Amino acid sequence: MPTEAGHLLAIDGVLIVIALWLAIGAAGIAALHRFTLISQVLFPLGGLAGLALAAIAFCGLLAGPQVAILPIGLPTLPFHLRLDSLSAYFLIVLGSAGAGISLFAAGYFRRGEGTAPGLLCLQYHLFLASMALVLLADDAYAFMVAWETMALSSFFLVTTNHRVAEIRRAGYLYLLIAHIGAIAILLCFGVLQANSGDYTFANMRQQTPDAFWASAAFLLALLGFGAKAGMVPLHVWLPEAHPAAPSPVSAMMSGIMLKTAIYGLLRISFDLLQVQLWWWGVAMLALGLVTAILGVAFATVQTDMKRLLAYSSIENIGLLLVGMGLGLLFKAYGMATLAALALTATLYHVLGHAFFKSLLFVGTGAVLHATGERNLGRLGGLLRYMPWVGWLVLLGVFAGSGLPPLSGFVAEWLLLQSFLFSPGLPDPFLNMLIPLIAAAIALVAALAGYAMVKFFGIIFLGQPREEKLAQAHDGGLWEKAGMLWLAGGCLLLGLLPNFVIQLIDPVTRLLVQYGYATSASQHGAWLLVPMSVDRASYGPLYFLLGVTAFSLLLYWLVRKLYSAQLRRADPWDCGYPFQTPRMQDTAEGLGQPIRVIFTPFFRITRHEPSPFDREPKYSLLLEDHFWYWLYLPIARLIGWIARQVGRLQQGRIAIYLLYSFLTLLFMLFLVKR
Amino acid sequence: MSATGVISQLLAICIALLGAPLLMGWVNQWRAWLQNRSGPGLLQPYRALHKLLHKEAVVAHGASPLFLASPYVVFSCMALSCAIIPTLSTDLPLSPVADAIALVGLFAVARVFISLAALDIGTAFGSLGARREMLIGFLAEPALLMVLFTASLISQSTSLTSIVENLAHREFAIYPSLAFAGIAFTFVSFAENARVPVDNPATHLELTMIHEALILEYSGRHLALIEWAAAIKLFAYSCIGIALFFPWGIAEADAPLALLAALPIQAVKLALGGFLLALIETVSAKMRIFRVPEFLASAFLLAVIGMLVHFLLGA
Repeated sequence: MPTEAGHLLAIDGVLIVIALWLAIGAAGIAALHRFTLISQVLFPLGGLAGLALAAIAFCGLLAGPQVAILPIGLPTLPFHLRLDSLSAYFLIVLGSAGAGISLFAAGYFRRGEGTAPGLLCLQYHLFLASMALVLLADDAYAFMVAWETMALSSFFLVTTNHRVAEIRRAGYLYLLIAHIGAIAILLCFGVLQANSGDYTFANMRQQTPDAFWASAAFLLALLGFGAKAGMVPLHVWLPEAHPAAPSPVSAMMSGIMLKTAIYGLLRISFDLLQVQLWWWGVAMLALGLVTAILGVAFATVQTDMKRLLAYSSIENIGLLLVGMGLGLLFKAYGMATLAALALTATLYHVLGHAFFKSLLFVGTGAVLHATGERNLGRLGGLLRYMPWVGWLVLLGVFAGSGLPPLSGFVAEWLLLQSFLFSPGLPDPFLNMLIPLIAAAIALVAALAGYAMVKFFGIIFLGQPREEKLAQAHDGGLWEKAGMLWLAGGCLLLGLLPNFVIQLIDPVTRLLVQYGYATSASQHGAWLLVPMSVDRASYGPLYFLLGVTAFSLLLYWLVRKLYSAQLRRADPWDCGYPFQTPRMQDTAEGLGQPIRVIFTPFFRITRHEPSPFDREPKYSLLLEDHFWYWLYLPIARLIGWIARQVGRLQQGRIAIYLLYSFLTLLFMLFLVKR
Repeated sequence: MSATGVISQLLAICIALLGAPLLMGWVNQWRAWLQNRSGPGLLQPYRALHKLLHKEAVVAHGASPLFLASPYVVFSCMALSCAIIPTLSTDLPLSPVADAIALVGLFAVARVFISLAALDIGTAFGSLGARREMLIGFLAEPALLMVLFTASLISQSTSLTSIVENLAHREFAIYPSLAFAGIAFTFVSFAENARVPVDNPATHLELTMIHEALILEYSGRHLALIEWAAAIKLFAYSCIGIALFFPWGIAEADAPLALLAALPIQAVKLALGGFLLALIETVSAKMRIFRVPEFLASAFLLAVIGMLVHFLLGA
């Protein structure tokens, strides 16, 4: 351990938190069925540990890189760990968002659902600890061990309700794609160490691979981490795994685990690889754009609330990839200030998305518990019965729609700024292409608002679509606490952009040698000014104060000067008196315009009733083309190969003896030759 | 922050709030004249607002606080937007708070609030209106952003005041990129303000209405605020158009005389704009809802072409 006498480094603090999480997991196993202890003590304790992690990482962010060597694993292969600003930033994301999710989880898990509570507690905290270790790892060996632990523990968490066949299937798909990704990452490390046999990241930084091998490493990293992040076309596991998993786990996976993939991409393409080629950035931009557009188009037409959020996560990953791609492109051309701006937007969105997506996912968990429904078509009007959950989720919805003054907007604003200031790239063709991408980003952002309005409107507004919804109860105390923390995060991250940019500054300085901490605050802490105030500025706090103060003044004035009378009556609705909740738009109905406009994106199987049907039925199935274009052909090919190999299996001893005999002959032939 | 700055800021907000219904009345009056009707007079919007404000508000059972708060929020968003758009002067102390992108965000906030409020009651028309409003919004928003981006690229800034100062000081010529952007902006304004080719502000025909379906459940002071906010939105869009494409005459910092002159100049421009709006509305027919995406997609493409032209020609 690197502890100097009487002096504890930040990295030791992080290790202590990891150990604490593991200890909590072990305690969960010891108290396997003592539900109250696990939910009321262990999970909140894990949340507190998360807060501590965020605080420690914050200290580590400002200090220089710290290293440690853990003598575990194989005798000659200890774990190399390193805490630099990039790791520290992502640890802050993990700790702060994870704290809210853990608090919520304390009130979420119920007795007698699937996995025993103690085991669940172990898997959950193992998941947290392994994510922290992924962020700390400084050699390929430690990284892969942590990465696989993360994948496995989350696989078991996804399949908590393993008695349901669909959930097992979703878990299988997740595990499969996670491992395809892991193989790619492993190969990527293999390329990066360049035959030196030393798998530490420090050695990889020393290597100077030629353009071919560097590109190979980059593409392998893009494939491997893209599979984890949900990059098109490797995104298919997300909409299956998220609805299957318990809500805090979905929140953790979507809010935080996807970000470890972003971390991996940043680490390899900006830190470990010493050269960047311009076309890497273009490839990442293109893939990110496709991911974002596909994700958001699918999100708007979903009818299952968690699938909707899963597709929205795909969209956000797309935006993150676009930001990173832009950063790569600028760095490849040596434009550090612009690269730093694009990366600042990306990292801002990493933190913002962690909070608002976790909030939305745990919100669906509360709704699921209160109503037992995941189907949007059977929800509605819950704001009346679940005011806490409803209003807090509304904050997440605003952040997710990219509305000022919440967190989503700042990231979007910074990203658009970096697009606008891009002219000046040496390649005129690229120069023209970049604003087109900005146009697509604007479209994605507007569509995201559509998806979020649909999400909130169908679940929480309108009239209840089912009788039983009137019995829905609000979230419990822990659930409220967790959601409050996450919602507060969404709000503060939106209102204090300069503070967040202070956090991001050391990271961009590490990656592209430029940071925005000083220039952002040049006009005070409340005004975000990336370059100069003549070019662009944004003051979210003034913004919020302005709208709120004006609204209140107006409210007071109107009531004072005019009438304050209010009468309740039946809805007017153009005078039609026989309103039923079934006449509201369904989830399909609200998504219908998007479905019509983006028809080529979806594989639609639709059955429309004919006028002569006695029992008219309408059905609509929306699927992903990639299943039919990519996955099923591959599955068929593998099936075909397996069948051909299967011909060897005859099931008769005589034939197998013949195989052995032939093999023996072949061997003898080889030896004699 | 100078004294003239504060004055011009207050003046900008007051003129927007008080003058917006007049612009609405002007447009409606011209529509009436162009249709050979005598029309209700310029001051009709004020009378309507006055009447509505005095009436009691009838609210549906089960309406949530979101429904009750939306008119105030929407109105405030529109008022704030007028505070950052250079209508009379570019010397606006509030302008650094929100640039062109944040302005689009501000309109989006208003749209999301009004759509959520429409969904809140849970009636068939409410959700229909919300769906259509969001559809138009998501297509119009990127087009508007592209228009603003074209202007931003020309002036190397997204701050509205810098854009206007920069554009006003260029030598007078027709810039092809701005011409494309101008056409796109006109399209977007028609869609965003629920004007004729897209929506008809004078109709309550169930199947065709968009804006009216959204606000069907509002009455009394709430309706008054929403109608007023709609008028301010029209005013704001007109002023954005003027600021981007005809910026001459807008006063700059520390020029009290220019500020005095700016008022009549702006009034003349707005009057001309209002007349053109009424003229276009009169000679065009409302289109089917599923033609609107094509209409807005062409606006989007025009704006993008404008931006490409800027890169190709550098103008």
